[in-house]
Amino acid sequence: MFEYAPAPESRDVVDIKPSYDLFINGEWVESLGYERIKTVDPASEEILSEVAHATEADVDRAVQAARKAYDEVWGVLPGRERAKYLFRIARIIQERARELAVLETLDNGKPIRESRDVDIPLVAAHFFYYAGWADKLKYAGFGERPRPLGVAAQVIPWNFPLLMLAWKIAPALACGNTVVLKPAETTPLTALAFAEICRQADLPPGVVNIVTGAGDTGSALVRHPDVDKVAFTGSTEVGRLIARQVAGTGKRLTLELGGKAANIVFDDAAVDQAVEGIVNGIFFNQGHVCCAGSRLLVQESAATAVLDALKRRMATLRLGDPLDKNTDIGAINSAAQLAKIRELSDAGEAEGAERWAPACPLPERGYWFPPTVFTGVAQSHRIAREEIFGPVLSVLTFRTPAEAVEKANNTPYGLSAGIWTEKGSRILWMADRLRAGVVWANTFNRFDPASPFGGYKESGYGREGGVHGLEAYLDV
Amino acid sequence: MSRASRGDAERPARLSVRKTYKLFIGGAFPRSESGRAYAVSSTKGDFLANASRASRKDARDAVAAARKAFPGWSGATPYNRGQILYRVAEMLEGRRAQFAAELDGVPSKKAGELVDAAVDRLVWYAGWSDKIGAVRGAANPVAGPYFNLSSPEPTGVVAVIAPDEPLLGLVSVIAPAIVTGNTCVVVASERAPLPSITLAEVLATSDLPGGVVNILTGFTGELAPWLASHMDVNAIDLTGVTDPDLARRCEGDAAENLKRVLRPKPSDWSEEPDLTRMTAFLETKTVWHPIGV
Repeated sequence: MFEYAPAPESRDVVDIKPSYDLFINGEWVESLGYERIKTVDPASEEILSEVAHATEADVDRAVQAARKAYDEVWGVLPGRERAKYLFRIARIIQERARELAVLETLDNGKPIRESRDVDIPLVAAHFFYYAGWADKLKYAGFGERPRPLGVAAQVIPWNFPLLMLAWKIAPALACGNTVVLKPAETTPLTALAFAEICRQADLPPGVVNIVTGAGDTGSALVRHPDVDKVAFTGSTEVGRLIARQVAGTGKRLTLELGGKAANIVFDDAAVDQAVEGIVNGIFFNQGHVCCAGSRLLVQESAATAVLDALKRRMATLRLGDPLDKNTDIGAINSAAQLAKIRELSDAGEAEGAERWAPACPLPERGYWFPPTVFTGVAQSHRIAREEIFGPVLSVLTFRTPAEAVEKANNTPYGLSAGIWTEKGSRILWMADRLRAGVVWANTFNRFDPASPFGGYKESGYGREGGVHGLEAYLDV
Repeated sequence: MSRASRGDAERPARLSVRKTYKLFIGGAFPRSESGRAYAVSSTKGDFLANASRASRKDARDAVAAARKAFPGWSGATPYNRGQILYRVAEMLEGRRAQFAAELDGVPSKKAGELVDAAVDRLVWYAGWSDKIGAVRGAANPVAGPYFNLSSPEPTGVVAVIAPDEPLLGLVSVIAPAIVTGNTCVVVASERAPLPSITLAEVLATSDLPGGVVNILTGFTGELAPWLASHMDVNAIDLTGVTDPDLARRCEGDAAENLKRVLRPKPSDWSEEPDLTRMTAFLETKTVWHPIGV
């Protein structure tokens, strides 16, 4: 492996305040409660800042602000004016892209290469895409005058903090809704930076409200009686709770939940390309990806060749300082998540699967887990069934396409799947039978604002992205 | 001659052969495994028939039958599904008088119109089988060298709590669920279940594969929660649940495996439907492939 000199991105572009309040009605307001949440850099355990832990009363203020903004301003604003606000936001994100990328990497632990080249460009693209829809909704296939829903309560996860914010806020605003968004407890900083961007864009007060907090804050938001729409991205476990809470209230609900995607490699696949796809599928963003290709299904006849090539490739992955531009694998987002990854990996060993990781020195401070692969995995093993949400790949084999389909679909999840083969008709045959919302053939983990994303079965319901993503925020 | 006419006068009036109303599961007509039945009365209070009172086991059998039928039905070509739905309309048209007579409490002219509307509704949905993909699918213009196509797909097994409008309402909830490739378990109107079993006779003679539609008669309050909490049901249509507490309970139970829920809402079955009853039970699958040489 080549030696690389460190190439760290400068932190100077970000200005993190020691403390943040809530963003309600266009202003920074103090929480009515006293609790604060410290947010740390998971690569160093350094405390970056502290944010408010919003209470039920704070949430109520935010929802009231959103309601007022909906009734008086945003809900009656012509689509072309809403569009221009969203375009303006997209442009400011592009202007401040480097700062947002560094901030995201600091707060989340993901490599700067990913936040700079994937997250932030997709955030800007998402606002740009939905901006264009705001004055064209009558062409979207939902009737001549599709109406917004009202106030949207949005709760997002920590794996793609600003990107998930964009997936939630851009379509909601384009359709004429106002929002109250709660960022994840461990990654609030880019959402708070986004609040500043709303101010720079002169977005009318109350259209976007950001309340930081923990699970109880999210629960208060979801339960608030004046909310018309709930959108959640996160674990299936919490998704179930939310669906129960929403039952009988008439609130609209979309959920983007967990996954346990099969990445299926046939013996005629281009091995090097497939290996890049496998690595991207499971080690992108430390495997903190709901659609991660966490189950590798490899055809028995190709298993040795693919696994040898995969292990060679894994040995070249660079783990370490997320701000270093050479880094492939950054820090695990939190101590809690690291504990969960360790627990499931230990269970994998205990249940009889064989564990392998390349020699990979881990930094002393911070939360780290080496890229890991398990072979000899049975479908009954926990590491084949449960979402690990970390850089851990479980390998199973198959003989026939029908067996591959059977094993791929043998999960309560249905978010994504991958197919690697040079045979076109087999791709389409497989794609037809895989019960998953996104199927990547000879590629993996591609995202685009124009492309709908979302799951079958217990991976949730509703789609984000594309024309389909509008439906979640329209009264149709 | 006189003897013969005397004989005619003494012969008693012919006793009609009544129909036993059973369940419709997997293409067969079993009685409830529980042996239970309940008396169905006319709107005037007269006895009409004993309907089967389906049990939890019947509901589970019906789900198993629907699951078994799903791969074949969802894998059939849209053209084929459309033709079969049209065939159902043909068979229903042929039994117009029977259904009109069975619509209890409805004046005969109105009853005939309701049957006509049900036939027309089936024809309307039949035509959607090979068009919904074009209307709800999309070739997505992504920013990169990728082919990217979204298509609607059936969500799986749908539990349908049918409304009290015994024929037109029933057809209006079954057709949109199955035309796209879902299979279903239907809980018929508790008050007026008999036309649903007669409709099952139509379905059974329309080339519809067994198990695509399964019909249970019985108590909604008993059957709906079992279907709402069944882990192999993918979606539930609560249209026929009129009790808000029951609707809330079913929606809450449906959360356990993240069922898609179509909430109850007042419907005017005489109006032309929109797409929402179909799209409620559709997933969107998006397939990516790189473009290159």
